[in-house]
Amino acid sequence: MTNTTPDRNADSREGMVSLDSIPRKVVTVYIPLAIIVFVLLFPFYWMGVTTFKTHQELYSNRGLSALWIYEPTIQNVKHLLFETEYPRWLWNTMFVTVTATFLSIFCSVCAAYAIERLRYKGARTVGMLIFLAYLVPPSILFIPLSIMVFKLGLFDSSWALILTYPTFLIPFCTWLLMGYFRSIPYELEECALVDGATRLQILMKIVLPLSVPGLISAGIFAFTLSWNEFIYALTFISSAENKTMPVGVVTELITFDVYNWGGLMAGALLGSLPIAILYSFFVEHYVSSMTGAVKE
Amino acid sequence: MVSITGSNDKSAATERISWLERLNSNRNLLGFLFMLPAALVLLVFLAYPLGLGVWLGFTDVKVGRPGHFIGFDNYEWLFQDDIFWLSVFNTFLYTSVASVIKFAIGLWLALLLNRNLPFKSFLRAIVLLPFIVPTVLSALAFWWIYDSQDSVISWTLIEMGLLDQPIDFLGNPNNARASVIAANIWRGIPFVAITLLAGLQTISPSLYEAATIDGANEWQRFRRITLPLLTPIIAVVMTFSVLFTFTDFQLIWVMTRGGPINATHLMATLSYQRAIIGGALGEGAAIAVAMIPFLLAAVLFSYFGLQRQKWQQGGRDD
Repeated sequence: MTNTTPDRNADSREGMVSLDSIPRKVVTVYIPLAIIVFVLLFPFYWMGVTTFKTHQELYSNRGLSALWIYEPTIQNVKHLLFETEYPRWLWNTMFVTVTATFLSIFCSVCAAYAIERLRYKGARTVGMLIFLAYLVPPSILFIPLSIMVFKLGLFDSSWALILTYPTFLIPFCTWLLMGYFRSIPYELEECALVDGATRLQILMKIVLPLSVPGLISAGIFAFTLSWNEFIYALTFISSAENKTMPVGVVTELITFDVYNWGGLMAGALLGSLPIAILYSFFVEHYVSSMTGAVKE
Repeated sequence: MVSITGSNDKSAATERISWLERLNSNRNLLGFLFMLPAALVLLVFLAYPLGLGVWLGFTDVKVGRPGHFIGFDNYEWLFQDDIFWLSVFNTFLYTSVASVIKFAIGLWLALLLNRNLPFKSFLRAIVLLPFIVPTVLSALAFWWIYDSQDSVISWTLIEMGLLDQPIDFLGNPNNARASVIAANIWRGIPFVAITLLAGLQTISPSLYEAATIDGANEWQRFRRITLPLLTPIIAVVMTFSVLFTFTDFQLIWVMTRGGPINATHLMATLSYQRAIIGGALGEGAAIAVAMIPFLLAAVLFSYFGLQRQKWQQGGRDD
């Protein structure tokens, strides 16, 4: 932003005419952008600040001085990790999330390949139905599902979640992978077919290696969706040691007589970290899966 | 696949190969096998419960007690239930206000991010953070931000001399509604902004160049180029946004549990409260089923909106 005569250069670079002067751009672009980004990030900052404050500091400093930490402490994190069942909940969440994601990716790869490439009779209709399945929200399914889970003897077990999470993961992943498979040239498959490869070989040796970015996108998104899932986990799990992290934090850490804000925020911060770290490595895949699902 | 072979042994082997080959060349059979895992999961855990839910709405099932078919009794009862109508009103208020503001700010943010900015991809990455962090956890952060005594917003405003006493964010019905809507908007903006940004990036700059040469101003370029070309994506994004806002559960459950005096109860939270906490599974299912017509209406609205757009642009119908 040190370039004071940017207009012509910017034109040739962007291929777009922008006649904005610098002060005007500050008012119309940078200030609104800064405000929006500030609002979007503030809750995370506040989560972090509260986590590392001592109890005294949390309630003695008010006003603007509360926005900074003067005596940082890791007491809240320590308490969370060693005196509550939080690590256990993290482990449960991880187990459910990873299993449900792999199960869904497997089912989705097969289904997407069949719909996109085998083009069996009625494949178009099935594709449309799968898209509609994604629009069925968990909040209208949890009551009948809770009865089914109970009858199947899965109540209060991680398997109740592993089997129900794919109901929203498979439609999404299938839809996404259909788009990826469509972009792989059909000629590659024809050559392999002529050379005598079976469909399974084609899927394993040609289509899958070529759609690794799509698989990563679908996997990351599925991972995030199941990590964030709440209503099924809240309904199907009752004992404290089987809970997933979001449910555990909300139902076990909130003690209504004393609000332990430091502990709660520590739980929120630690629970967000794994997903944030994963996200930071795969931002591009994540964005492409989100936008790809919408664009199709 | 007829082969003439001498020994029995050899012909058996040929037969097996030919069976495999037939399977390999029969697309319908192969397609069926490939679809099996996904279809099984979706039929058992999605289609069946959907039907079961509709059926439960017509019964008086309670937790631990099988129910009987009672026809439309649940619905008749809900029809006279003020709390149910309040939850319907809340759901509509929540969905409409939150969706409109999410769309406005999201589109604005997308337009801002579409400019030539330094650190553009970094900005885009951090803008998405509210969307990827578990809703329950950010709702907890909002709960703390909205604390009746120690809210950071109240403290700051008091310090600046704009306020005498802390705002009771979640204790007063209208404040509570505004607060949960604000939290929902906060969470939804990134999704709208980033998907619309992806749509903006597909619009060819030469269109804007041509319009500028013809003397169009910034507003005309937005109104006549950006908006029409973005409409299909806007339709899809907003359908998703409306659907997920309408059926929202997590934010409300963490922050207010429907209170104060049911002022923030949505249909989903009321259904959970009646079915799981109150044990009236049939009645809860009826409330959940009552959401379906509205969801269908939203989907059909956007579907037909999209069709028209595709036809106008001469796109293929696939």
